[in-house]
Amino acid sequence: MKDTDIKRLLYTHLLCIFSIILSIFIPTFFLENFSILETYLTWLCICSVFVTAINLVLYLVVKPNASSKRSSLSYKVTRFLKRCIYFLMSCFFFHVIFVLYGAPLIELVLETFLFAIILSTFTTVPCLCLLGPNIKARLRVFSRNGVTSIWENSLQITTISSFIGTWFGASPIPLDWERPWQVSPISCTLGATFGYVAGLVISPLWIYWNRKQLTYKNN
Amino acid sequence: MQKISVLLFLAWVCFLFYAGIALFTSGFLLTRLELTNHSSCQEPPGPGSLPWGSQGKPGACWMASRFSRLVLVLIDALRFDFAQPQPSHSPGEPPVSLPFLGKLNCLQRILEIQPHHARLYQSKADPPTTTMQRLKALTTGSLPTFIDAGSNFASHAIVEDNLIKQLASAGRRVVFMGDDTWKDLFPGAFSQAFFFPSFNVRDLHTVDNGILEHLYPTMDSGEWDMLIAHFLGVDHCGHKYGPHHPEMAKKLSQMDQVIQGLVERLENDTLLVVIGDHGMTMTGDHGGDSELEISAALFLYSPKALFPGAPPEVSRFLHTYSAAAQDLQVKELHRLQTLFNKASADYQRLLQRPQGPEAALQTVITELQQFLRGVRAMCIQSWARFSLGRMAGGAALMAAACFLCLLVSQWATSPGFCFRPLLTLMACGLAGTIVCAGLLTTTGLKLDPVVLGAMAAAGSLLPFLWKAWAGWGSRRPLVALLPIPGPVLLFLLIRFAAFFSDSFVVAEARATPFLLGSLILLLIAQLHWEGKLLPPKLLTIPRLCFSASTGPPRHNGTHALGLGVGLLLCIRLAGLFHRCPEETPACHSSPWLSPLASMVGGRAKNLWYGACVGALVALLAAVRLWLRRYSNLKSPEPSVLFVRWGLPLMALGTAAYWALASGADEAPPRLRALVAGASVVLPRAVAGLAASGLMLLLWRPVTVLVKATTGAPRTRTVLTPFSGPPTSRADLDYVVPQIYRHMQEEFRGRLERTKSQGPLTVAACHLGSVYSAAMVTALTLLAFPLLLLHAERISLVFLLLFLQSFLLLHLLAAGIPITTPGPFTVPWQAVSAWALMATQTFYSMGHQPVFPAIHWHAAFVGFPEGHGSSTWLPALLVGANTFASHLLFAVGCPLLLLWPFLCENQGPRKRWQPLGRNEAEARVRPEEEEEPLMEMRLRDAPHHFNAALLQLSLKYLFVLGIQILACALAASILRRHLMVWKVFAPKFIFEAMGFIVSSVGLFLGIALVMRVDGAVSSWFRQLVLAQQR
Repeated sequence: MKDTDIKRLLYTHLLCIFSIILSIFIPTFFLENFSILETYLTWLCICSVFVTAINLVLYLVVKPNASSKRSSLSYKVTRFLKRCIYFLMSCFFFHVIFVLYGAPLIELVLETFLFAIILSTFTTVPCLCLLGPNIKARLRVFSRNGVTSIWENSLQITTISSFIGTWFGASPIPLDWERPWQVSPISCTLGATFGYVAGLVISPLWIYWNRKQLTYKNN
Repeated sequence: MQKISVLLFLAWVCFLFYAGIALFTSGFLLTRLELTNHSSCQEPPGPGSLPWGSQGKPGACWMASRFSRLVLVLIDALRFDFAQPQPSHSPGEPPVSLPFLGKLNCLQRILEIQPHHARLYQSKADPPTTTMQRLKALTTGSLPTFIDAGSNFASHAIVEDNLIKQLASAGRRVVFMGDDTWKDLFPGAFSQAFFFPSFNVRDLHTVDNGILEHLYPTMDSGEWDMLIAHFLGVDHCGHKYGPHHPEMAKKLSQMDQVIQGLVERLENDTLLVVIGDHGMTMTGDHGGDSELEISAALFLYSPKALFPGAPPEVSRFLHTYSAAAQDLQVKELHRLQTLFNKASADYQRLLQRPQGPEAALQTVITELQQFLRGVRAMCIQSWARFSLGRMAGGAALMAAACFLCLLVSQWATSPGFCFRPLLTLMACGLAGTIVCAGLLTTTGLKLDPVVLGAMAAAGSLLPFLWKAWAGWGSRRPLVALLPIPGPVLLFLLIRFAAFFSDSFVVAEARATPFLLGSLILLLIAQLHWEGKLLPPKLLTIPRLCFSASTGPPRHNGTHALGLGVGLLLCIRLAGLFHRCPEETPACHSSPWLSPLASMVGGRAKNLWYGACVGALVALLAAVRLWLRRYSNLKSPEPSVLFVRWGLPLMALGTAAYWALASGADEAPPRLRALVAGASVVLPRAVAGLAASGLMLLLWRPVTVLVKATTGAPRTRTVLTPFSGPPTSRADLDYVVPQIYRHMQEEFRGRLERTKSQGPLTVAACHLGSVYSAAMVTALTLLAFPLLLLHAERISLVFLLLFLQSFLLLHLLAAGIPITTPGPFTVPWQAVSAWALMATQTFYSMGHQPVFPAIHWHAAFVGFPEGHGSSTWLPALLVGANTFASHLLFAVGCPLLLLWPFLCENQGPRKRWQPLGRNEAEARVRPEEEEEPLMEMRLRDAPHHFNAALLQLSLKYLFVLGIQILACALAASILRRHLMVWKVFAPKFIFEAMGFIVSSVGLFLGIALVMRVDGAVSSWFRQLVLAQQR
């Protein structure tokens, strides 16, 4: 039971990583002059769309938490709308945090907002998929002993590693290497992406190694 | 006794750090060797004969002089573009309206009319571009070195060979007028001199007017061969207003008239040199090496047609210097020697064939230039020579002191801790080393005081470390010594590593708020992770281990979250006050850092003035509100009275001084004297008030209101005086209950008197906040004089400083559990956040750790006329301005320990304390109704209180200590780095000064808490005595 779960987790995560790699290579066939650094904003949009799509699809296919006894259409639609609103809210929340952290208020608004979008894609979208529009559940997952399944555990790890990646992504900005990616949101987004990918890789391994210690209430 | 031992131990730890810093500094900051050789006319500079063959002619030395007299006009900070001729603009374009452009019209006219008689050059000044260093370089022809930059305002005589001395020894009459820096550089070298004070950078006219008074009469008298006039107005105008102010245009026009007047008076054999010693930045400062600072103007004019030429005497200098110092690189020296030989051979050959081709001349010129450049590069590299042994010793001493801090701070909270072994070990070590040092000195060994201090420190440290290692450390693994929790350790490591990168040192102003914000978010996340942020009912899964460990959460989630967001907002707002380092040209300094006097617009100035006064009033109101909330404001003690009446007076004085300082130039002439007097008196009065307030606080630090000294009647009803029998129904209604109540009280009183055993109670209001009230009062009193030393708009930063430290303390208090009887600890994250905030505020007050960014104008607050010859008072004022945030945060450090107890306060803020007949009963203990004890919990456990104070200060010293250690290591490891003199060395010096200020402030803060503790004890004793009587 548990090993199969871990395998499923690993495959879904590999698919997520694959989607990020695709977002780098596919657009080169359709768009001219596409590269991560130069057409940076386009890449951000494409990457966030890809990751969101793959997360949704995986969620629909794998169904990690077999819940939702009601399945009327209107209920589903309201839940979906709620998720959209939550996503937007998290984008604005991240934007405010970035500005408080020192991002310029007026210049580079678009860049900063796209950065907020991609960070929420990495952190909020899996949350919304897995836990639904439920803030309490999110708060529970991100506290000590709050996890109830390996899915939530991997969610915790990927989210935290995305944040850590973002944080470390800001550190090369002051250095005088004079590289084009050493500008405020670019290095942070790259850091966030690396952190997310690292989290995707680490979490199945970590769960696999610690599978003896991990005991979940509901499983 | 415990208190004294805590203070002694702290002083000893500080001494260890100081000794390490001093030892390192003595090895790191070396001066250049100064040669005392002088060249003379008898020995020619190079091999072979001199080209002009003019030796022996009267008045000639190595070469025949082309001009018999020289007028040198030195206009301080005359940047090249100030003198640059402006192209006459075509009628269609709008004229350029920058106030400093095109004001020296006469230069342009001369250059156009007499092109063969005048030359304008752009000269490049070697950094540091401070006036004294430039004067040394101009007169000696050598390079200024870094250590000279520190002695700018206490200059010393030049011992090297220089122009003035040569002229004087050749019997020429040198007349000088202007800047009195020359008096110190060339004592007794002038035949006639008119010196004027240069230190007062706000005074634009004294020096210039003094020169003008003497210039033309001296010139006409003819009693001179060289006339030097050093004008300071342009430089001072730059410091005070910046180059873009209309005042600069006026000053430059005045200089233009001076040059015009000189040109008219020049005789045929006279050369006129107009030179700027350095440039100035966009804000009018100088000292660094930006393009604007090093470009200076050089203008030559003579009624005779000019053309110059000269062979170098550099090679001989190089030879002598390498023989004397023996530290120049041999290979490089050989290369230069061959280069020079080749060049001089070419030169000789060229001289023999005067009609040689132009190309040969060009090669000689390039070879000579190459040679000079090579010499310059080699000298720059070599004149920073280090003593590696001292540097390593100093760094090791600092590292050992840091380790000691870590060790003892861990030890202080362990249960078996006592103060005695600390002191005995320390005393043993010190005594041993003093005896050793005494023996050494008696045997005739001469020792540097720095080395002696370092030896004493190391000697007293060794037995301590050995003892700690043998007795305590061996029982536990070394990992247990590392008490810092993981994330905070990571933060400290990142901060440590950041000092090794010049980019991060330059960007520290942005990196520190980033780190601080991350630490705050981490604190919130940690609170949430531990489940303290939200009430557990929100979380559907019940906690397993949480409820047992910490008890119910004292703060709800929105509270802590709000605190965090408020803090981040404060940090971001404080980041708006940001002065750019000169290395980042794309960055724009905040315009709000300049004083209001430099603003031109009237309306904006008034608005800003209003905002500044508003910040002052808000600060005052916030402090009073805080004191009222903890109700310390009702006490009749003198210090509280001072807070109520003295503080508003100080605020009023500050506001009035700002008004005068910002609008002094607009004052009507009738009031000039009044304004000048007030701008002397007001700052001194505010500082005096603050000092007297601090004295009052030290004298009577207990701000407690004693409500009643007798027991029973809690409410004394006021009876209306008898005014005849009641006349109306209403009167009756009023009087009858009163009579009843009076009778009731009489009965009760009689009853109790017969019992006479009932507990006599004393209501001592706000005893629970007695320590922190004293701290907050002291900090406010300290902040006002510091506020006065800064530019007006920095008052907003001071307001933010108080606000954000308040928020941070609240946030930290939410995470610190109160352990009632046991050892009190302050967690590492609290101490690191506090130290980070001190650094962040240092930057938002408009400072940068480089010398040109020092706010020199702080020395004139209260002393607009300058200080005469004393240097310690201006140094104190400038130091207080620069390290204001270090001082405030260090003094306020004990608040980290006190605040969690303060936040315990939820219910009524009174403390009823039972006092019995005997002293045993008089001890503090909780009442039945469970009123919060707050800071009295600390008093209940004096041993733990002292241990906690020791631990807190050692932790703070550790966090500061690893910063200075990192700076020292970075400066020593990267000592051949390109940026060492520009970034690492100034950073080390600033960090060292900041450490010294912080440690002194910390000592004072701890001492203040202990004074309050002593006063509270004596207050209790008096109370008990009064009860017994």
